[in-house]
Amino acid sequence: MSSELLPHTLEPHPVTGMYNGKFGLWLFLASEVMLFGALFSAYILLRTHGDFPAHGEHSLSVPIGAINTFILITSSVTMVMAWASFKLNDPGKGKFYLMATVLLSCAFLFIKIKFEYLHKIHDGHTPDSHTFYAIYYCMTGLHGLHILGGVVVMLYFLLPGFGLWHKNPQQFTNRIECTGLYWHFVDLVWIFLFPVFYLL
Amino acid sequence: MASSADDVRKSIRSYLMVFGALGVLTIVTVAASWLKVSVALGIFIALVIASVKGSLVASVFMHLLHEKATLFWVLIISAFFFLLLILIPVMQSYETAHLIDQVTQ
Repeated sequence: MSSELLPHTLEPHPVTGMYNGKFGLWLFLASEVMLFGALFSAYILLRTHGDFPAHGEHSLSVPIGAINTFILITSSVTMVMAWASFKLNDPGKGKFYLMATVLLSCAFLFIKIKFEYLHKIHDGHTPDSHTFYAIYYCMTGLHGLHILGGVVVMLYFLLPGFGLWHKNPQQFTNRIECTGLYWHFVDLVWIFLFPVFYLL
Repeated sequence: MASSADDVRKSIRSYLMVFGALGVLTIVTVAASWLKVSVALGIFIALVIASVKGSLVASVFMHLLHEKATLFWVLIISAFFFLLLILIPVMQSYETAHLIDQVTQ
């Protein structure tokens, strides 16, 4: 679709100071804050009123949580480096960093499922076994789905969607920036999930 | 937001510095959980560190520092309702504790 039909797809809108796609993405992230905010609210309610375990009684593996935190932080850096590389007209490096982000995301999901979910389920800690595990699986599972969504989008831009780079590099770079904004938000949510579930 | 090639190159240095800071703060978060402090203080310390990390991600990686005020107004509304969502169970908790005190007295 041409930019004449949809204005401000590339150049910043005078009111918002950014192209429309980016502003739309920020509005989406604002709604995501509400989604996770409601779940954090439910967590506090359950922790203060429900049959919640004492600290350490149902403790999760802190080293595994910390490793996953490092993985997500690193993926945030590779994501922003991918955007910077495309911005500097270096698609080779951009693709490399985007691929690195995909691999780090897969590593996060692998560790989460293999060493946490399956291990806990094997021990009988299913979502219906305890209030703690109900909210734990709900919040980390929703976060994991967000990771999966991000991986699908990044793979799209690495494979079929990369054709846009040859037609319109600026628009492609903008799309990578929007993907990055979403990805940093997913990282930001984990930054709060980690201490809430693993350390407190 | 960094627009020219020079701006982007300068930004890369700050991305790497923030990466280092986030790594160090993650270690500090884990170390703080071993401190022998009250649960309330422990929660406070962990959430303060998480907030600092979150601010670094939002301001540098998401380029929030360089955006116009319009976006801040959108996000302030979102932040207000987020805090409201968090305060509701906290206030409910306080009210319940107050009622229990009244019943037991």
